[in-house]
Amino acid sequence: MQKTQSKIIYSVLAWSIAFLIFFPILWTVLTSFKTEAEAISSSPSLFMFDWTLVNYEDVLSRSPYFLHFTNSIIIAVGSSLIGLLIAIPAAWSMAFAQTDKTKHLLMWMLSTKMLPPVGVLIPIYLIFRDFGLLDTRLGLVIVMTLINLPIIVWMLFTYFKEIPKDILESARVDGASLGQEIVYVLMPIALPGIASTLLLNIILAWNEAFWTLILTAADSAPLTAFIASYSSPEGLFYAKLSAASAMAIAPILVMGWFSQKQLVRGLSFGAVK
Amino acid sequence: MSSLHSRSLARVALLPAVSLLLIWMLVPLCMTLYYSVLDFNLLIPGENDYIGWLNYEFFLTDPAFTESFFNTILLVGGVLLITIGGGIGLAILLDQAIWGQNYVRLLVLAPFFVMPTVSALVWKNMFMNPVNGLFAHLAIFFGAEPVDFFSQFPLLSVIVIVSWQWLPFATLILLTAIQSLDREQLEAAELDSAGPWSKFVYLVVPHLSRAITAVVLIETIFLLSIFAEILVTTSGGPGYASTNITYLIYTQSLLQFDVGMASAGGIVAVIIANLVAIVLMRLIGKNLEG
Repeated sequence: MQKTQSKIIYSVLAWSIAFLIFFPILWTVLTSFKTEAEAISSSPSLFMFDWTLVNYEDVLSRSPYFLHFTNSIIIAVGSSLIGLLIAIPAAWSMAFAQTDKTKHLLMWMLSTKMLPPVGVLIPIYLIFRDFGLLDTRLGLVIVMTLINLPIIVWMLFTYFKEIPKDILESARVDGASLGQEIVYVLMPIALPGIASTLLLNIILAWNEAFWTLILTAADSAPLTAFIASYSSPEGLFYAKLSAASAMAIAPILVMGWFSQKQLVRGLSFGAVK
Repeated sequence: MSSLHSRSLARVALLPAVSLLLIWMLVPLCMTLYYSVLDFNLLIPGENDYIGWLNYEFFLTDPAFTESFFNTILLVGGVLLITIGGGIGLAILLDQAIWGQNYVRLLVLAPFFVMPTVSALVWKNMFMNPVNGLFAHLAIFFGAEPVDFFSQFPLLSVIVIVSWQWLPFATLILLTAIQSLDREQLEAAELDSAGPWSKFVYLVVPHLSRAITAVVLIETIFLLSIFAEILVTTSGGPGYASTNITYLIYTQSLLQFDVGMASAGGIVAVIIANLVAIVLMRLIGKNLEG
């Protein structure tokens, strides 16, 4: 009896708090289906309003939304893929040929992540200006690859470290070459780890909002920068702001929900599993 | 395959990542260091004379620096306090037997995936706006005066928004850690008639220390460089009331074009981050062993 009672209390409490935390997102999605007048109404309604798609039509037709969406995809996916290509050999080497220096090297990589972006802001800005990289996708892909590289290496390292080394040795005894060893033995085991690393880094790069705001203008701006342009005065059009926001966060929210387990492991640098 | 061969191969495999990171770290940092001793303003062309420590002197004695230094501490400290305190509470709650636990977790986690510019603008306009925001409507409904959050409590408002973004992360990490707590230990403690409080202090907290360390480390890395949330809400104002060091250097470099002074500021920011990092790395290095 007492068990059911506490279950009811805990459930109600947990659901209420969860609802409150989620509410701003729910509210944004609901507002995106309202008219502008209803969106700022002083007696707002949760569900009882005239649902409309006009805001989505407006955002898509009156602004280059598709361009910014494409930019986000190119920058997030591109930088994550390039980052993987560079990080896989490094993580493989650190996991399978550990030396006394490996730990220091990992710590050093983590420390580059701690370098505040303002410490390198001006040189990067001036170099980008001189090389014509300002407001280009290429420029952002480069920066995003470099700032996420330490996290990619770390995540892959924690996955690779758990692959039993005996497997590789027995493959070697069976006469497998290094290439065969990597392709037929290592890759299949490592693939889930690589996939979740990729997923997480796409999420991180998609939401990055320092360099994307500083190094882009009209052409290469991803969604983070495009939404920032709503800060005034368009931001006062709540329904349109909501529609643009809902489309910007939906794909990543879904991806994030699917990768929550990997998120814990990846972002805690393997400290929590 | 000889071990000598594989060892050199391992070194080659490391090369691209290590050299890229080394270049990315050293080249711009040295350039910042160089600019920081020059009288260099993009709006005033001409000789960029060597002026020694003058930029540092101006930057460090500027009242704006003192204010944004303390704002940075308040911002990082405030968000850490809220997210870790709230995160521990929520994690313990979600660890109980409740209906639909997985769905609750999805709802709680969601804000972490919202891009900073979206969450800042949604909070600023749709919730905290003194005329049309939901909080203003609620205040009037209850017969109270609507609060103009961003002019009356600019820094606190930013802290609230950022905490909303990071609470899910802290909760998720801590929940995962709590779930790995040995149930038998808890039951044994119960048999020894340990109360909920002593169970919390002697079993849960020590078990969580590793996870808390990880949360502090990761959040601090990101929180020291909070930028977008300030840019789209208060632009650092009113005055410097919600300017952190990152935002201060941004205004000096890309709005006032004072490269020399902003570079000095950048170096100061690097030194501060390093001091924090040394402390954190000691902690995490200890906690990540094994």
